[in-house]
Order: sequence, then C-alpha cells, then structure tokens
Amino acid sequence: MSTGAWIAVAAVAVALAVGTYRLLTDGRFRGTRSVVEVRGASATSLETTSPDDQSVWTDVQAAMPDAVAGEQATLVQFSSAFCAPCRATRRVLTEVADLVPGVTHVEVDAEHHLELVRRLGVLRTPTTLVLDGAGNEVTRATGAPRKEQVLAALGRA
Amino acid sequence: MSTTTTHHAPIAGAGIDPRGPQAAAAITAVVLVVVLLLAPSALGVALLAAQAVVFAVGSTRGVQHTPYSWLFRRLIRPRLAPPAELEDPAPPRFAQTVGLVFAVIGLVGFGSGVDLLGQVATAFALVAALLNAVFRFCLGCEMYLLLKRATAR
Repeated sequence: MSTGAWIAVAAVAVALAVGTYRLLTDGRFRGTRSVVEVRGASATSLETTSPDDQSVWTDVQAAMPDAVAGEQATLVQFSSAFCAPCRATRRVLTEVADLVPGVTHVEVDAEHHLELVRRLGVLRTPTTLVLDGAGNEVTRATGAPRKEQVLAALGRA
Repeated sequence: MSTTTTHHAPIAGAGIDPRGPQAAAAITAVVLVVVLLLAPSALGVALLAAQAVVFAVGSTRGVQHTPYSWLFRRLIRPRLAPPAELEDPAPPRFAQTVGLVFAVIGLVGFGSGVDLLGQVATAFALVAALLNAVFRFCLGCEMYLLLKRATAR
C-alpha cells in the first residue's frame, strides 16, 4: 500500500477508537477533579475561613452573581456557542431541576468565564458539575448525560 | 423573535436537520479518503482543492448551503422521517472552518512538495469528518474551548 493509504487506514482507526471511547464515557459521572489539592495549600494559611467560603459554589457565584444555589444540590453546566450536545444537556438538567425539589440548574457560558473554567479544570463542553448543599463538588460528567445518570449522581450529593 | 406560532420550526431561529451535517461529513470523509489514495497526483490535489471550496462555502454560509447538504435534502431526507429536533447551525458551521484550515494546510503541503504534511493535514480533517459522520461528535467544536482556554487572558 502507498503511504497515503496507510495514513487513511490510521485515520479511520483513530476516529473509531476516539469515537467509541467517547460513546462509552460521555455523560457518565465520575469522581471529581481534585480541586481540593490546589486549595489545600492556600487553605492552611487561611485557617479561620469556614469550609463554605472555599467551595466550588463560591467560585461559581463570584463569576455569576445572579446564580441561585439549590438547597440540596446544584447542577452547574458549562456550555459554549459551538456545542451541539449542550442543548440536550440543558434540557435534561432543567427537567431534573424542575422535578427534584431543592435542586437548581446553573448554566455557565464557558467562553466568557475562562478563569472559572481554568480554576475548575473544565476542558470540554458540556461539562456538568454536581454540587452538594454546601456547594462542594460531588461529581462531574463531560458530554451530554442522560436523565437517569443525573438522578443517580444526585443521590451522591 | 415574534410570538406568532407556526406549525413547523420547533426551535427559535433557523434550525437545521442534524442529519444534514452528518451526511455532509460522511461525503467529506469519502472524498478525503480518495484524496489520500490519489495524492500527491494532480487529480488528488485537485480533489482536495474542491473539498476546500466546499469547506469554504460551509464556513461562510453554513453547512446547509454546501452541495453535500443539497444532495442530502434531494436524495436522503425525503426517505427519512422528520427529525426529532432541529439543531443550531453554528456548531457545524464552525466545524467547516476547522476543516477548511486543515484542507488549506494540506494544499500548502502538496503544493510545496512536502507531501507528508499534505497527507497528515488531510488525515486530521478525515478523523474529524469521521467522528462527525459516525458518532455525531464535533471535534472542531471542542477544540474551540481548549483554544480559548490556552490563548485568551
């Protein structure tokens, strides 16, 4: 085979591998990027600060003063303009917020809040963070989650 | 936006059938495979140039205005059920811009005799087109946030 043919075969293999991986992992809530580590350093020098003052929610609220936290949990969705699955995610999350009492949905335009995006380690849109009542991150999912996945993740908040 | 209700157009503004960009990506993928098989022959490079023109149309006017989408509307869509929902044309349009960038780099490569550059750039465009065609996954759209993160203040 010619070099071009080999490159074409490699491209197809890469696309199938990446696509299959995404298909399997998109929308799945997994762990949480440890923002705590980063904070740990500064937290020791600020012992008087209450835990709530360092929560992820504090960061979100600093960027978006009008956002409303849920008593039980807050679903923080990062979206961008060039993002087709963000729409589906918005629909699922607003539906869940309407359905479950004490849960709110906050959508952050990633492009316009890059500092928050970097601080929270968001790489893709949509990324959904589940915050507990105290505003701490419980888990997160990249890619569009299904309704059952969101409801299951809320069980951990 | 007016409050007038219409029977079609379930979303505000001009939504497009999401299967349109997907079909266009499938045709693009086939074209790019042929380019890889033929290039650096003149025919292969000409085909890549033609694909670049299609990307340019999609990038400036939206993917729904490319000849590939026209084929989709004429040949495929009449055989399908109406789409479950319409899609914002902005993300696929941005993806066309990303395709255009790769196609232009590819043309520069073949044009300057650096065939490997031409082939690798074409391969990147092919990966993006396949992800779109098979998985409806928009690689260029994700690169957008990463690019913003890396470059903007």
